[in-house]
Amino acid sequence: MFLQQIINGLTIGSIYALVTIGFSMVWSILKLANFAHGSFYMLGPYLTLMIITLLGVSPVTFILVALVIAFLTGSLGASMDRVLLRPIREKKGSTISIILCTIGVQTVINNGIIAIFGSQSRSFPDPFELPSITIGNAVVSWMQIIIFVLAVSLMLILSKIVYGTKLGTAMRAVSQNGRAASLMGINVNQVIMITFFLGTCVASIAGCMVGLYYQVIDPTMATITSSKSMAAAILGGIGVLPGAVLGGLIIGVLETLVAAYVSSGYRDAIAFAVLIIILVVRPTGIMGKKSINKV
Amino acid sequence: MLSKLENAIAKHQPQVIAAFFVLALAFPMIMSGSSYVMNISVMALTYVILTLSLNLVTGYLGTTNLGQAAFFGVGAYTSAILATKLGLPFLLTLPLAAVMAGLVGMLLGFITLRVSGRYLSIVTLGFCEIARLIELNWYDLTNGPLGIMNIPAPKIFGFTFSNLMSKYYLVLVLVILVVIVVSRMTQSRTGRAISAIKSDELVADVMGINVKKTKILVFVVASAIAGLAGGFYAHYISFIDPTSFNYDKSIQIMSMAILGGMGSIPGSIIGAIILTVLPELLRDFVLLRQVLYGVVIVAMVLFRPTGLLGSVNFKHILQRLRFHEMKAKEGTAHE
Repeated sequence: MFLQQIINGLTIGSIYALVTIGFSMVWSILKLANFAHGSFYMLGPYLTLMIITLLGVSPVTFILVALVIAFLTGSLGASMDRVLLRPIREKKGSTISIILCTIGVQTVINNGIIAIFGSQSRSFPDPFELPSITIGNAVVSWMQIIIFVLAVSLMLILSKIVYGTKLGTAMRAVSQNGRAASLMGINVNQVIMITFFLGTCVASIAGCMVGLYYQVIDPTMATITSSKSMAAAILGGIGVLPGAVLGGLIIGVLETLVAAYVSSGYRDAIAFAVLIIILVVRPTGIMGKKSINKV
Repeated sequence: MLSKLENAIAKHQPQVIAAFFVLALAFPMIMSGSSYVMNISVMALTYVILTLSLNLVTGYLGTTNLGQAAFFGVGAYTSAILATKLGLPFLLTLPLAAVMAGLVGMLLGFITLRVSGRYLSIVTLGFCEIARLIELNWYDLTNGPLGIMNIPAPKIFGFTFSNLMSKYYLVLVLVILVVIVVSRMTQSRTGRAISAIKSDELVADVMGINVKKTKILVFVVASAIAGLAGGFYAHYISFIDPTSFNYDKSIQIMSMAILGGMGSIPGSIIGAIILTVLPELLRDFVLLRQVLYGVVIVAMVLFRPTGLLGSVNFKHILQRLRFHEMKAKEGTAHE
């Protein structure tokens, strides 16, 4: 039973980790929370569902559509930056303005989806219908394994980009000091846009994974997962990729255990409780760097 | 042209306030025929109270609070529980709602002391969600998702506020009370301390302002005011459930505060009224109501971050006008 919970926890945790990475990346570059991140996470599966219903459910179509939608969602995220956030940055607007802007986008997208698709949950197809295997007391479905493997691969790819490419070095430079980075010849605005693109693209894929896993999507998934990924990002340490992964996994496992052994109603509250505790006890997170506050 | 209007208002502030006051008093007598209009007016005034409370903590103190709806909920549930389970009268449930919300606000205040700026918004969001989840899951206390029904109408000294008109006047009194409290607070020494903390917390601290105490005070007062609105709301609408006190509601209040202008009392009033009335005019697009709030926030932030009245300070406008008049007089006097 315990093993089963751990396996379930790791599965959902790896999906959270994917969402958290994108969120953490944007935070480390812009120094603020993109509240709309969860909306893109939700937009992916909804759009995929819409197109799949038109084209028919089959494994190949599903994968193709999911990828195309992920690309589109990523572009949408990047354009949000280009059209809305960049003008505020250029006008030297306050950080609150940018945060409020992302909150506004979040509200528009989330409620736009409710307006178009209705507030009931929608069933998400499973084009793959994979079997399960039994390990000891636990039943592991191939879907879980694939999700976990896929999530880990995406995380490794993103890590490679951030730590092994010129673009990644540019991203890290911008997150350390945007001004110095632009003096070094880095096109900061472009780097920011690319970061948004990668983060939201991956979030969209994560959303589709959640749809496949639970076979249902509903309009509240954006705010709930958004908050959990915020908690996970802070738990793991802002801007540290492995930290984001660790945070996501911990939250996933923790909430599964709590739902199983304590009460399922408070499942979603765990992330917030963790968030508040971590911010009070160790604000830099598990793997975060302590920064010195200069006066 | 707009500045001409502003100048005119600045010169005649007492008259303008009196005019609005008379309008607010007379309004129900003109409109009492339509319960639809009366209902909207009562809700608008309730949101005015909520927006003023958010304005205190976000507009004046500068902390992004995405969880104001939580205190609205705490106040509503406190009133509802006290009235239905203990049979307490309105005269007790209302202030107790404010007290309870204020206590919870103190808790949030203490948390915000430990958390730095950019994490704060997330914490307040989490706070709101935890409050909602407690309301949803603590079945014995709150009836969980079923909500609390049959909350009695407000009754003071034997007089029951049973019809809409009486409820309107009741909430109007509350609005006036809140406006007085907020304006006295922001124009006092504490108000200047709050302003200082918003500008630069470290400098304020160095200058001798007790930052911790002031911040907690603002959170307590703002939450208590929101709780007051909640207490009234529970007795007004006689049925509450956790879905009315969620993140969406916080966003709604935030959009009203942003539209009206942060740090402006008349701004909050106007913002709340506009964003309560406007969605009703767009009745056909009821699904897009929440979308509207989001659009308002984005539009305001992009084009006019100070909101409608955020950058308009009638006192300063008046001073400037008087100064110019004085200079003009001096100029002609020398000739």
